[in-house]
Amino acid sequence: MANSAGARTEILRRIRVATGPAADRAAIEAEWNGIERAYKHVTSIDLEGRLHQLEDRLRDYDAGVYRSTREGVGALVASILSERGKQTMAVPSGIPAEWLPAGVRFVEDLRGDVSGIDGCEGVLTSATLAIAETGTIVLQDAPGQGRRAVTLLPDYHLCVVDAAKIVQTVPEAIALLQSTAHLATTFFSGPSATADIEMTRIKGVHGPRFVDVILILD
Amino acid sequence: MSLITFDPARVPTFQVAAKSLLGDTQMRKNVRHATNVIQNKRAIVVNEMPDWQQLRESGRQIKEHTLQHLDFYLKQFEENCTAAGGVVHWARDAAEAREIVIDLVKQSGSNEVIKIKSMTTEEISLNKGLEANGIHAYETDLAELIIQMGNDLPSHIVVPALHKNRQQIREIFKREMNLPDLGDQPADLAEAARMFLREKFLRVKTGVSGANFLIAETGGVCVVESEGNGRMCLTLPETLITIAGVEKVIPRYQDLEVFAQLLPRSATGERMNPYTSIWTGVHPTDGPRTFHIVLMDNARTKILADEESRQTLACIRCGACQNICPVYRQTGGHAYGSVYAGPIGAILTPQLQEMHSGQSLPYASSLCGACYEVCPVKINIPEVLIHLRHKVVEQDTQGFGALNPEALAMKAMAMLFMSESRFRAAQRMGRMAERPLVNKAGWVTWLPGLLGGWTQVRDLHEMPKQTFREWFEQRGESEGSADGK
Amino acid sequence: MKVSLFITCYNDTLFPGTGKSVVNVLERLGHTVVFPAGQTCCGQMHWNTGYQEEALPLVARFVSQFKDAEAVVIPSSSCVAMMREHYVKMAVQTGDKQLLADVESLLPRVWEFSEFLTKKLGLTDVGAYFPHRVTYHASCHGLRSLELGDGPASLLRNVRGIQLVELKGLEQCCGFGGTFAVKNAEVSSAMLGEKVQAILNTQAEMCTACDNSCLMHIEGALHRQRTGVKTMHLAEVLAGSEGDAQ
Repeated sequence: MANSAGARTEILRRIRVATGPAADRAAIEAEWNGIERAYKHVTSIDLEGRLHQLEDRLRDYDAGVYRSTREGVGALVASILSERGKQTMAVPSGIPAEWLPAGVRFVEDLRGDVSGIDGCEGVLTSATLAIAETGTIVLQDAPGQGRRAVTLLPDYHLCVVDAAKIVQTVPEAIALLQSTAHLATTFFSGPSATADIEMTRIKGVHGPRFVDVILILD
Repeated sequence: MSLITFDPARVPTFQVAAKSLLGDTQMRKNVRHATNVIQNKRAIVVNEMPDWQQLRESGRQIKEHTLQHLDFYLKQFEENCTAAGGVVHWARDAAEAREIVIDLVKQSGSNEVIKIKSMTTEEISLNKGLEANGIHAYETDLAELIIQMGNDLPSHIVVPALHKNRQQIREIFKREMNLPDLGDQPADLAEAARMFLREKFLRVKTGVSGANFLIAETGGVCVVESEGNGRMCLTLPETLITIAGVEKVIPRYQDLEVFAQLLPRSATGERMNPYTSIWTGVHPTDGPRTFHIVLMDNARTKILADEESRQTLACIRCGACQNICPVYRQTGGHAYGSVYAGPIGAILTPQLQEMHSGQSLPYASSLCGACYEVCPVKINIPEVLIHLRHKVVEQDTQGFGALNPEALAMKAMAMLFMSESRFRAAQRMGRMAERPLVNKAGWVTWLPGLLGGWTQVRDLHEMPKQTFREWFEQRGESEGSADGK
Repeated sequence: MKVSLFITCYNDTLFPGTGKSVVNVLERLGHTVVFPAGQTCCGQMHWNTGYQEEALPLVARFVSQFKDAEAVVIPSSSCVAMMREHYVKMAVQTGDKQLLADVESLLPRVWEFSEFLTKKLGLTDVGAYFPHRVTYHASCHGLRSLELGDGPASLLRNVRGIQLVELKGLEQCCGFGGTFAVKNAEVSSAMLGEKVQAILNTQAEMCTACDNSCLMHIEGALHRQRTGVKTMHLAEVLAGSEGDAQ
């Protein structure tokens, strides 16, 4: 937009006037590196501790929480889906075949029109990592996790998380995500909620209202 | 937001607005309840963080650093966002921003948009502008939906419909969604909103959003939300248009580790909000095919230029200051006559209007400092308030304004304070002048003029017969004064 | 110690009793109190209301009167906060380098009354006797600017005969706020309403605090509403001793 170029120049000029002579890139980097970061960075609890903390948080959000060996995932998926009464589930590409029990129709998301996903009762995915302290699971556009719409439209999400990918703190998670920072990323911490009505937290406005999490321990 | 907007030229002063709002019993009950709940929630999740003060300090430093090099980081963001397929636009002011967005919506071939709550779009009265161009904007945040359907105005940054209770909300939904049998439990209301909005999410081709953070290093944009409507608007439409104030940029991806901890705990008293989305440019099979972002100034660079109030721009819009403010607690947000209310509103609003209006807002505070204590990025709001009060006084005492009653009284008091003999004379005169106003029990129940506000609601004990220094002198132990005056 | 008392403009005029009690307590503890005559005001009202030019000369005035003091004691946390938060900046604004140096040298010797007792003298028991039911309100400046913390309450707990009741919401602003009390009288009153309600709920005879500004405002409503509850500065509670007719 022609206007925009003029606006850009003007705004950058105003900023310069407001903040004085520009520093060079090296000086700016040095200054950024000098920012005090005395907050906690790394975990202070072991795997069992992190598992426990994550499970606690997830249960707080009314998510179902299960532990499994890698070999046991398929059977566990079957029993959870049976209990939940789900017969049609969306899946992104890249989900291991062993995780898809017979008796349930799994519809692979071909990443075109969303109506296919919209018709499914739930979605099954893996995850990139989880943050124990905040009860957060992080999804990225990667095999087994899929595009953002697939974990957004269905009312139920069954998420399989590798226990080895559970960190305790947010800084640890961000550090791990740095190398894939360009991928579309969703942090979810429990089902959707709002506190807009009298500050009462109500679940399930948009996005999955029901969440189950399987934690794989090798 | 609804089509009603705060018109800075016409809003009443805070004092006048507050006076009538104080009589709104329902609003006061709602606000008191809501602020109690959220204050407690915040306290719990903050107190469990042994490194909370360190996070705040880092947040402050990151923002201060960014603002000092704002052009560098904006250019870096633009470069990286563009490389990832995003289109970056710049807007000098609200009018320009509106124009750009309206054009982009028209270009997208849609005459309706779905919107995520964005204070920035409220600030520029975007919906009104869209409507005037034949474009209908559907608000998709539950609170904004309530505001829009109720033809109302937001009263809080994070919980805009805080001033409404469930019965009031139910009435609005019953009417606007045509649901005569709607229940009044919060869950019923949420379900109604869910069904009503899902249809829109799946159909409307163009989405409009704000942004919480723009990541210069990656060109990514981060939106923090609770309900999931953000995710809907950010991923389902074909075209996404994001508007963000230039101060929203942060240097690096790593800086998210600070703000992702500060924001949810401060805003809603949660360890983490339900959904945070980060996307970079466009992707052929995920999300919108076209992504535009409008970087808006709208007086922010003016604030940047004022070193004493530059810190105003560090705000991450958490609303913690509103939740703790004892003034906001009594009046609610509408008294501030602006989309930004409470302590941050008191400093941001007049500055966004370049001190042409909002002059009563810096005085809408008892300077208690609670806001500064809870601000996750350590904005010294009381200090900025005092700075802005000075600017207001400078404006008010231009020319003949110097003769306004308050200014004259202040000048007179200053003269008294500069001379002990004048001060003592004034004390004696005060005792005399007061005599006709003192009742038999030794109290004053009415004061004239500027001081009348005191006795409207309080009594004043009569002045003691002897000042402290008179008593001390009688003891015979006072030293001579430095200047003998 | 030789303590220089800065009484503050409003205490001098409206609350001489507080000053007398400060003198009383300090002498009881074996210190000498001097009163540099000529003192008037710290400039807070002007500075906080936006009249900065009028406030600036008061810095130099204060410094000239107190700069050789061993210790300056002030029975008003808002005035001390004014000095700690703004005096350096104000001195810089005058461009007077000597003034800036003097301010920086003087500030560490300036104390609010209760913190002089607890932090400088290290005392929490000053030998007071005050057999009444009392509640304590934490003035905002004392709480947040001076970080008085538990200091004032610890002094009160050691008063013999006292029945100290905790005030719910003691950290919430009473609504005085200087000229705010007059410029935004309605809101000030609404805030005061909550504070008064909390005080009445304690069933205390008296509310105390480190600032007569808050107390004047609180008592104004307590009296208007004929509650029979009084206010009294912390210094006056601490000055209480056996044999006081009350």
